[in-house]
Amino acid sequence: MAFDKMELQKIEVWDGNRAAAQALRQAQVDVVAAYPITPSTPIVEGYAKFLADGYIEGEFAMVESEHAAMSACIGAAAAGGRVATATSSQGLALMSETLYQASGMRLPIILNLVNRALASPLNVNGDHSDMYMIRDSGWIQFDAFCPQESYDLNLIAFRVAEDHDIRLPAIVNQDGFMTSHTAQGVHTLSDDEAYAFVGEYKPMNDMLDFEHPVTHGVQTEEDWHFEHKARQHNDLMVKVMPKIKEVFADFEKLTGRKYNLVEKYDMDDADVCVVCMGSSVETAREVATEMRAKGIKAGVVGFRVFRPIPFAEIIDALKGVKAIAALDRSSPNGAAGTLFNEIAGALFNTDTKALLSGYVYGLGGRDLTKAHLTALFNELQANVDAGKVTTQLQQFIGVRGPKLAYL
Amino acid sequence: MSEIKNIKNLKEFSTSADRFEGANLLCPGCAHSIIVREVLNATNDDLILSASTGCLEVCTAVYPYTSWDASWIHIGFENSSTAVAGAETMYKALKKKGRLKQPERTPKFVSFAGDGASYDIGFQWISGCMERGHNMMHIVLDNEVYANTGGQRSSSTPIGSSATTSPEGKKSYGEKRNKKDMMAIMAAHGIPYVAQVAPNKWKDMVKKIQHGFAVEGPVFINAVSPCTTEWKFDPKDTMNIADLATDSLVFPLYEIIDGRELNITYRPKNIVPVEEYLAAQGRFKHLFKDEYKYLIKEWQDRVDEKWAYLQRREEARI
Repeated sequence: MAFDKMELQKIEVWDGNRAAAQALRQAQVDVVAAYPITPSTPIVEGYAKFLADGYIEGEFAMVESEHAAMSACIGAAAAGGRVATATSSQGLALMSETLYQASGMRLPIILNLVNRALASPLNVNGDHSDMYMIRDSGWIQFDAFCPQESYDLNLIAFRVAEDHDIRLPAIVNQDGFMTSHTAQGVHTLSDDEAYAFVGEYKPMNDMLDFEHPVTHGVQTEEDWHFEHKARQHNDLMVKVMPKIKEVFADFEKLTGRKYNLVEKYDMDDADVCVVCMGSSVETAREVATEMRAKGIKAGVVGFRVFRPIPFAEIIDALKGVKAIAALDRSSPNGAAGTLFNEIAGALFNTDTKALLSGYVYGLGGRDLTKAHLTALFNELQANVDAGKVTTQLQQFIGVRGPKLAYL
Repeated sequence: MSEIKNIKNLKEFSTSADRFEGANLLCPGCAHSIIVREVLNATNDDLILSASTGCLEVCTAVYPYTSWDASWIHIGFENSSTAVAGAETMYKALKKKGRLKQPERTPKFVSFAGDGASYDIGFQWISGCMERGHNMMHIVLDNEVYANTGGQRSSSTPIGSSATTSPEGKKSYGEKRNKKDMMAIMAAHGIPYVAQVAPNKWKDMVKKIQHGFAVEGPVFINAVSPCTTEWKFDPKDTMNIADLATDSLVFPLYEIIDGRELNITYRPKNIVPVEEYLAAQGRFKHLFKDEYKYLIKEWQDRVDEKWAYLQRREEARI
């Protein structure tokens, strides 16, 4: 092959964006079509520079909008090759039409979504409103809590998405700035190891196979539309989880790093627990350990996979817990939070006696501090002691002004 | 290697193996299917095609059927150009990497879109594709209206035409704006080839399509596509209307090479008055009321002026 390999240290100091860009390089992505947006831009800049320096053989199309970026990714994927891109926030909003088209056409594109707040007011910092906005778009969604996981989950995402039994696009989420721009030590694979793990791209229904012309993106009305959507949902519900578990297991064999559909921390005997996503998971783990020292049996559950929802694993992870806090980093704008609803839905028909309360935090990059989490764990313990939720079901934490609580 | 297909006469042309099947749902008398067949029959090379949401798309790929015997993709309303640009980008990547299944073949990348999907909602996408230099051809099936949604005005709808969102009425003569000059806008991108074609002048069209396939880089083609439903003429008269469009010079046939060199490719022996073109279509019927006749005169003046301009451009070679 006419490209140079890169000699990596066993541990590189990378931020989440760099880690993702390196994973795209090692996967030897054939086409990246992208449009710049903070904080995801360094990922595609990384690909462009690797290309310019001869570390990749492929094509980079710097297009004129995010909608065009995903449109070109769809055309490229339908043509028959490995495709990836990155975006955030408003960029995701603009490309959202095409996200449904990519998944409905069963094209395994990898999208790095560097989570950022949605305007208005305009804000470049991290929250999960973009991730939540397209949760019904039919994409698999992984969630990285730190740069190491941004690297690992990108490699894993290609394996899952491109599998011929799956053929669905996948998003790798990471928190804007808190993960994307925070450098940490990242354990690397060699280029050969990483590529061997991801594997050669195996085309299916590829437009460039001229002997077998194929029609992509047809019309269906009431006679067939429902069956197509149902089949896609069925594959997400039935096939994707076992495939993710299988790839997680292979990845553990290769690296020793173990991933789970939901990540449990000190949950075996936990009375109280926080459920959250992104970089907050690591903060919550640290505080949970401190709470244990104070005699409160605290634990943390982080969603590693947000779509499809790991329904059974949520039930299992929260078995025996007495009070649960669902932390949503997105304004529900007139409803309970998304994680609150997912957890409530999962637990409703179980024999759990757990008390569930919801917290909205961290909008537009507002810090979630250890003090916030300490107070929160204490509140959960108070709920356990009182045998009921002592607060309103939904509270805003870390926001200025009078305390906001609802439901 | 790519070779230019040699076409002797209409009979030979019309009996070429079809990669666009007659089995489609387009209206009887729709010019879209005629244009698409003429484009596809201009080459023997493999084709990677796309269509924007619109008449062509909804009438040719209704699951579980397809009218396309060449690879074809539809994503949305605005992005047929970018869909094909993405496929072309992948072609370049796989060619470089030696991963093409049939590396000796020389595919042509063509996107089709209506005037709404090109002049309006897809304008930015097309401009991006042209600017980036993809080796592709974008073809507008220009019927000057949103036909698939039932006849709303687009920025290609000509002044005086009655559309459902700019209807003629007691106090209105219909559309108030002149048609957008997409040819000039596309030529301003400095792309290798821009041309206007019409289905009735099939030899001229084939020559232009073949020229477009032969050049490296983006090509923009504007094809007049008389719409029996929205222009309101009898389905049997499609070609007569196209003749009136080209012979009245409402749709002059010309090409612009590298954004500069303009060539007129068809000079009618007998130029037909614009009035005859307008009179043949229901969408302009109201213009023949006494109070609106001045619009017909203005229209003739505009056509004369544009024709004079094109001739001056051609002469000046700039």
